[in-house]
Amino acid sequence: MVTRARVGDADAFRALVERHSRSVFRLAFRMTGNEQDAEDVVQESMLRAYKQLAKFDQRACFSTWLYRIATNCALDLLRSRKRRTQDPAAASGRRDGEAEEPATAVASQDPNPERVALSGEVRERLTAAMDELSAVERTAFVLRHFEGMGIEDISRALACQPGAAKHSVFRAVQKLRRALEPVVSAAR
Amino acid sequence: MSYLSPMHLSEEELILHYYGEDAGSLPEERHLDQCAQCRALYASIKRVLNAADCLPAPARDPEYGARVWQRIESRIPARRRWWARPETWRAVGAAAAFAALLVAAFLAGRLYPTAHRPAPADSIADRQTGERVLRVAVGDFLERSQLVLIELNNANPASKLDISAERERAAGLVGENRLYRQSAVHIGNAAMAGVLDDLERVLVDISHAPAQLSPADVESLQQRLESAGILFKIRVLGTNVRNRQETAAERSAGRQKL
Repeated sequence: MVTRARVGDADAFRALVERHSRSVFRLAFRMTGNEQDAEDVVQESMLRAYKQLAKFDQRACFSTWLYRIATNCALDLLRSRKRRTQDPAAASGRRDGEAEEPATAVASQDPNPERVALSGEVRERLTAAMDELSAVERTAFVLRHFEGMGIEDISRALACQPGAAKHSVFRAVQKLRRALEPVVSAAR
Repeated sequence: MSYLSPMHLSEEELILHYYGEDAGSLPEERHLDQCAQCRALYASIKRVLNAADCLPAPARDPEYGARVWQRIESRIPARRRWWARPETWRAVGAAAAFAALLVAAFLAGRLYPTAHRPAPADSIADRQTGERVLRVAVGDFLERSQLVLIELNNANPASKLDISAERERAAGLVGENRLYRQSAVHIGNAAMAGVLDDLERVLVDISHAPAQLSPADVESLQQRLESAGILFKIRVLGTNVRNRQETAAERSAGRQKL
């Protein structure tokens, strides 16, 4: 499929877009924290991927390569936009016909009203704390925590030294700890 | 464990430990078993990072990819047919120039008065010039043909394959191949003519194959490519053509120096 897309077969590229858009959206949303921005990142990533297909080394994994492009697109967006103060509910607002993924509830084994309220508070604080991270910290954290990338891969995605990538993850976790520890401890 | 702080593990070390970036280091594990202070810090990090998993991400239904395509399709440069690609026209130009050269050489030979016919040495020089031109054109042509064959040869035989793009490219290459083969025969290069003859049969087969190949068809085509050894022959011919071009260029440069 990738080989055919590389020689200009639009149908093959269409199949790649259809296969990878959902995972790119998830990554983009976690990086930008905003649904509309994530949509823009998905589209921009796919267009950039199409233009750069000739540079893709076919020995590599296409999805990893596409993720790197999406990461760069999201970073560009995070760096260029002024941090918007936004309603967390609006950030996860749905479009017509699109289902909301049920968020994993914290301590969901015992969903009494008090715990549900606490897990809601954790989500709100988490969303706010993520917005307080710098673009690089947020990206490094999302790639490490949600995408399971190793420090080496993160450093390649961020075009920095592994040490710098590692410190970005550390700073992100430290900031999240400061914001979340009180409420997470209470939710236990 | 850090050598600078042998007593306790740092927050950084514990974060790396959580993510398994320390490759499950035994000293860290042992220290956590024995040190309540580090164990408490690690528990706090774990609580926060586990809680981070609840960061919501709106789901997208299975049709989402199709909608993304609809949104970007108009911004994707239209796929060009083989006849609309610049490289096709470059090849056509090269082929036309070469054909014109052959016609001119033929007419000159027929019309030039016998008394003024060039000496045998000049005839050899003309033939060498014609061969040089042919080598340049064929080198580029072989590379383009090789790309088509490599794509088919490397396709996954376990799944169906749409070869409409390769078919178009093969059809475009057949006419060009015929011209070069006839020229090779004309200048007496039997080896080149032989390889081009084999290549032409393969290109004709590909251009007449159905657009959708079943796994069995893919395997059969790949076996055909393998049994004809066509990729190997093209590579050998391509290398010879390149080497002779380089040698000719070096000789020419040497003569200019003298």
